[in-house]
Formats: sequence, structure tokens, C-alpha cells
Amino acid sequence: MEKLNIMIVGVGGQGTLLASRVLGNVAMKMDYDVKVSEVHGMAQRGGSVVTYVKLGNKVYSPIIEKGEADIIIAFEKLEALRWIEYLKEDGTLILNDQRIDPMPVITGKAKYPENIVEKIKNNYKNVISIDALQIAKECGNIKAVNTVLLGILAKSTSIGKEVWLESLKENVPAKALDVNLKAFEAGYNA
Amino acid sequence: MKKLMLGNEAVARGAYEAGVTVAAAYPGTPSTEITENIAKYDEIYSEWSPNEKVALEVAIGASIAGARAICSMKHVGLNVAADPLFTVSYTGVNGGLVIMVADDPGMHSSQNEQDSRCYAKGAKVPMLEPSDSQECKDFVKKAFEVSEKYDTPVIVRLSTRISHSQSIVEISDRSEYKLKDYVKDPAKYVMMPAMARPRHVEVEKRMAALKELSNTDEFNKIEWGNKEIGVITSGIAYQYAREAFGDVSYLKLGMVYPLPDKLIKEFASQVKTLYIIEELDPFIEEYVKTLGINAIGKEKLPIIGEYSANLIREKIFGQKVESKSVTDEQIPVRPPVMCPGCPHRGMYYVLRMLKLTVSGDIGCYTLGALPPTQSMDTCVCMGASIGGALGMEKARGAEFGKKTVAVIGDSTFIHSGITGLIDVVYNKGNSTVIILDNSITGMTGHQHNPTTGFTIKGEPTKQVDLVKLCNAIGIDRVRVVDPFDIKEFEKAVKEETQADEPSVIISQRPCALLKHVKFEGPIRINIEKCKKCKMCLSVGCPAIVDKGDHIEVNEALCVGCMLCTKVCNFNAFEKAGE
Repeated sequence: MEKLNIMIVGVGGQGTLLASRVLGNVAMKMDYDVKVSEVHGMAQRGGSVVTYVKLGNKVYSPIIEKGEADIIIAFEKLEALRWIEYLKEDGTLILNDQRIDPMPVITGKAKYPENIVEKIKNNYKNVISIDALQIAKECGNIKAVNTVLLGILAKSTSIGKEVWLESLKENVPAKALDVNLKAFEAGYNA
Repeated sequence: MKKLMLGNEAVARGAYEAGVTVAAAYPGTPSTEITENIAKYDEIYSEWSPNEKVALEVAIGASIAGARAICSMKHVGLNVAADPLFTVSYTGVNGGLVIMVADDPGMHSSQNEQDSRCYAKGAKVPMLEPSDSQECKDFVKKAFEVSEKYDTPVIVRLSTRISHSQSIVEISDRSEYKLKDYVKDPAKYVMMPAMARPRHVEVEKRMAALKELSNTDEFNKIEWGNKEIGVITSGIAYQYAREAFGDVSYLKLGMVYPLPDKLIKEFASQVKTLYIIEELDPFIEEYVKTLGINAIGKEKLPIIGEYSANLIREKIFGQKVESKSVTDEQIPVRPPVMCPGCPHRGMYYVLRMLKLTVSGDIGCYTLGALPPTQSMDTCVCMGASIGGALGMEKARGAEFGKKTVAVIGDSTFIHSGITGLIDVVYNKGNSTVIILDNSITGMTGHQHNPTTGFTIKGEPTKQVDLVKLCNAIGIDRVRVVDPFDIKEFEKAVKEETQADEPSVIISQRPCALLKHVKFEGPIRINIEKCKKCKMCLSVGCPAIVDKGDHIEVNEALCVGCMLCTKVCNFNAFEKAGE
């Protein structure tokens, strides 16, 4: 693997930062150069958030641009649609089939697009769509959506499962670890 | 040992390894995590100061007393700290003094995108600029050496993408730093005209010496490649340039002030076409041009916003990336919003109903300017709400004043609101000031401040008593109200704005994201009781959604703060899952 560009997109508060940290840590364990670019502060308050994770032999710019992402993990459908242009033509989209209305939709100023998954599938062949919220609920905590999605990601890369588990253990707070390990397995085996 | 670190975290590590013992800061995105991480080291005294000016003064005191000290802020924070900055340039240091400043090109979380490099030039202080986390750590350590060797404070400039990108850092052990002797030296440290004049001479000598350092030190290095194109760049722009230009020649500047005249001339003389790639102001470009060197910079590249490799490719080589769209629809934007359960929402509901002019300030509550609350009229800088409200009243008269309030957070009030409030009293204003006391500094991610009763290390400390403080300033009308008690809050605002004297309403309710804040859990709408009057939508909660034919609560977002139930006239809300 010469290089791998992964984007994590979602809504502020969905736990995208933890996912990117686990992922960055995995990359380091595999001895890649890695850069993880995050968004903090104002933009996090329920806004559209994006994290870039780039790994390879040498990484310069920390950001991923249009058409450069090998994998996009979307925590929310509208965010998947917003960022889909960043995916390579043969890239993979891992999509949590969840809808969170943004304020312009809530107030009736804009319409939430219909049939997002179909529209994306018409243009990209590698789309994994899953109800990670439901799986997280079944695992015992709806906040574990991020680890469910990491489980799916882990399965679709060539990096060994044990590396992911190790990174989870290092990055997830001890009291939430059990639920998250369960959620990871559920995603991995989904 | 290697570790993946945010730029900010690497700065903290650099300070630790350099033997720093005093660190002071006021939180501000994207700089906040520097001091949050420093606070984890027991060897370093660290503090959240009331504002950046005080933070720098604490660091200056520590330096004069012989310690290595670091002080951190966002770009606009340096405006607040500019007063001590310009004069500590004259006094110089005893123990090393490093000032971290984080710019925000693209304004991810800021009110302007000023370029801090102009401060280095204005204050005659050297400035370093790292381009990844490893350099963040290395440059901070070297900055302390430069500070001591050249008797100068050193600024290290970051930007959002450096501060908030993680990359790999090789970490080392801490070198203990022995306190330097403290010797009384008024000629150096008491800046009044007779002493300051000779110090200015020293400053000019120092800058000449630093220019030589800039020419010779490895901070600034040439990476030779194809000489058809030469690129002078620094910081994050270097990373974008590397991707966009590939194998050409680079002069990568780690010291951006003073700039290396000889090195620039040497580099320029050997390349055919010279580009200057820098975000924001043409700081390097203007200098290069004063050397009589032709270069292409802002004539092709924007002075506004962030750069990227694609932007450089497009502007320099005309290569536009065609992207593939999967839909013709307008994709709705998703602006940040106040969280479900946010105490500010109750206040804005009232202010909007009363149609008041709201002189605003900086914090989560600035989001009240956006739909659906749309209740804030102005936002300029930290603390500006109070002086602004007084100015409005003085310009348009008492009646206008009675329809105006200032809105300011607890931390922002301590930062720079107190002096504004004193002005209101002293100059006989009638302003009504609402202090939003949510028990924490919210927007930057929950930092303690003098009103919370805890230090940066979580130790209990004296808590500023806002009521007593306002009383002491001369505000006789101070009342504390829960913003979720909408009726009482409305009554308070009506009465205080009508009063013929200044008043303060302390809107008190903790941030919904604080761990100790517990709510009832999600609620839902009983569609049989709901009359679709949409009153609940007017509170502007992201968890209440207009589905067209019915109103719905998004149970994944709702925390159960019950604010919406208080505006419902039909008792249509009920606990979810029952």
C-alpha cells in the first residue's frame, strides 16, 4: 500500500474525532507516515464536520481534496452526499443510514434530499450502507456508532484486526471499552 | 519513542522537554489544546488567565524571575496581549520566553483572519513557523535557546491546520532548566523614557543579529530539485506547495521574521521562475520584492482564506479538478447550532419575542445570530457587547437604550467585560447587561475560568462572585434568573430594560454538555394532542423537526431539557418510550 486517504464525515457530536484517533493510531502501528486533520471549536457545535486521515510512505498536506479519498466513512446520509465528490471513482463509501436534519431543513428553508443512498449507488459501485445506530443500540450504547463503523472499515482494509483492537484499547476510555469492543465486533462481522 | 500528536500537543511536549516551569494562556480555537496538554505535566505550573494580556504578563514575570515561560493564544488574543508584547521586546528576557500564537486562515472559528506575522515585524520580535507536529516540538525547544541567546521574546506562529493536525513526533526526555539568578536591573526592566531609549538601540542591534541567524540557521533551508521553478514558502503552505509543485526547488522558511535576505537572494539567483506560496498577507512576497527580486505570489494566489494543493494547481498551472456530482439538488448547509439542552436557547427565545436590539459577544451564544434564533445584532471582539450597548444608547438616546441589551458569557465578561460595565456606571448609562453564566467556558471545549471555582488542574479555588462584583462596580440592580424559567426571564428582561439605571441579569444554568448536568431523557410529541401551531419550533432546537404534515422530536438528539414543553399550549409533549 503506497498511500491511503480516508475521510470521516458527520455531524458535530457524533464521535468522529475518536474514530479518527483510533485510525491514526492504527496507521502508526503499521509504520506508515500519517497525518490526521481535525475540526475543533465553533464548527463542532452540531455543524458539518470532516476529518482527513492520510497515510503513506510520506505525507505532506494533511487535507484530502476532491477525488482523492480511497474511503469515506459517513456518519450521516446528507454528509455523505455533501462530501461524495471527494471519493475516488473506485473508492468505498461506508455509510451509516441515519438522518439528522440540519437547521435549514428543520426551519423549512431547505429540503432534505430524497433517496441519497440510491443516488450515490448510481454513481459509485462500492457503497456499504448500514444502520449503525441500531447496531450500537443493540450493543448497549448509541454513542458507539463510531466503533461500529470502524469495525466495518477494519474489515475492508488489509490491516490485521488485532492492530485495530489494540488501538481501540489505547484510545477508548476504560469504562466505555467493553461496549466499544462489542460494537467493533458487530461492525466487523456485519 | 514515536507518538501521533496534534501540533498543539507537540508544542506542549516541546515546552515540557525544554524545562518550562510556567505556562499561562486564555483558551481560544485553534490554540486551546496547547495549554490543556501542558497542564497534564506536573512539573509545569500552568494557568488559565483571565485574558491574553494577563497571560503574557504572567509569562513575562516568570521569565524576568529566571524561569523558562510559555504563553499561548489565538491570533486575536495577540491583539489583547499586544501592549505587553511591544514593550517586552525592549526589556528582553532572563529565562527564555516563548509566545505561541495560532492563526485561523479560512476562519474556522474566528471573527477575522488577521496575519500574526505583522505583529512580529511591528513589535520587532523574531517569529518561527513550524510546518508539522515534529517541527512544533523542535521549534519550541529552539525558540527558548534563541530567546535566551538573543535576549528576546520569540513568537512561534501556528495555523489551524498545524494546530489541529496530528502527525508523528519523536519524543525525548525533559531537560531540567536551572532557574537563572534574579538580579535587579531597572535599566533593563523598568521601561520609562530614559531607560527605554537605550533599550530600543539594543532591540535594533538584536534584530540585525537575528537576521544573520535567519541567513545561516537550519530553520531556513533550501531543498534543491528542478531549478526551473523555485518556491519560497513556510508553515502549512509548504506542505500544500510540496504536493502541488512536486520535484522543484524549495526555500522552506522556518524563521519568518526576520527574513533571510542573503539566503533569499542566493536561492532566487539559481531558479528560473520564483513563486512565493503563503496564506493570507503577502508578508514574504513584499520583502522579497524589496530586495529587487521578481516573484509571483498574490497576483495569482488569493489573499483570502486557506490554501490547498488543488488551489495552487489551479491558480498557478490552470489545472482545475473536475468533480463528479451525483445530484443537481442544492445540498442544504449544516451550520453549527446551539446544542439540545443549551441554556442560551431559553434566553434567546425571550429576547426574540421582545424584539430587542442585542449587542453581542464571543462564545457559543454568538450562534444566536443565526436562524432560527436570529437575535444578535452585533459581534466584534471579546467584551465589545457592553461598550457597544452603551455607545448605541448614547448615540440614539435613552428610549433606544431601553430596547437594547448586551449579551456576554461568564468567561468573556471576566476576559474584558468588566471594564465595559464600569464605563456604563461611571458614564451614567442605563444599559442592561445579561451575563450568561453557564459554569464553564463553553465554545472552546470546557475550560475553567475565574467564575467556575476550579483551576486548570481541577483544583478548587476562590470563585468570582458575579453579583458582588457587579454591586461593587456600582450596579444596584442585579438579579439571577434561570433562562429555562421563560416567564420569569421575560419579566426580568422587561423590568430591567425599563429601569432608569444600569442593571445586570445573570442568566444562570450550566452548559448542557457538562457531565454533572442530567436531563430526563428524550421526549416525543403526541400527535393527537399536537395542533401544529409550531410554537415549539420557535425555540430553535435541532431536535424538533417540521415534517410538513406533523412535528416530530428526533429522539437521538433530544436530551429532555423540557424547554419546548414550556411553550406548548396543548400539553402535546410526553416522555418517549411510554
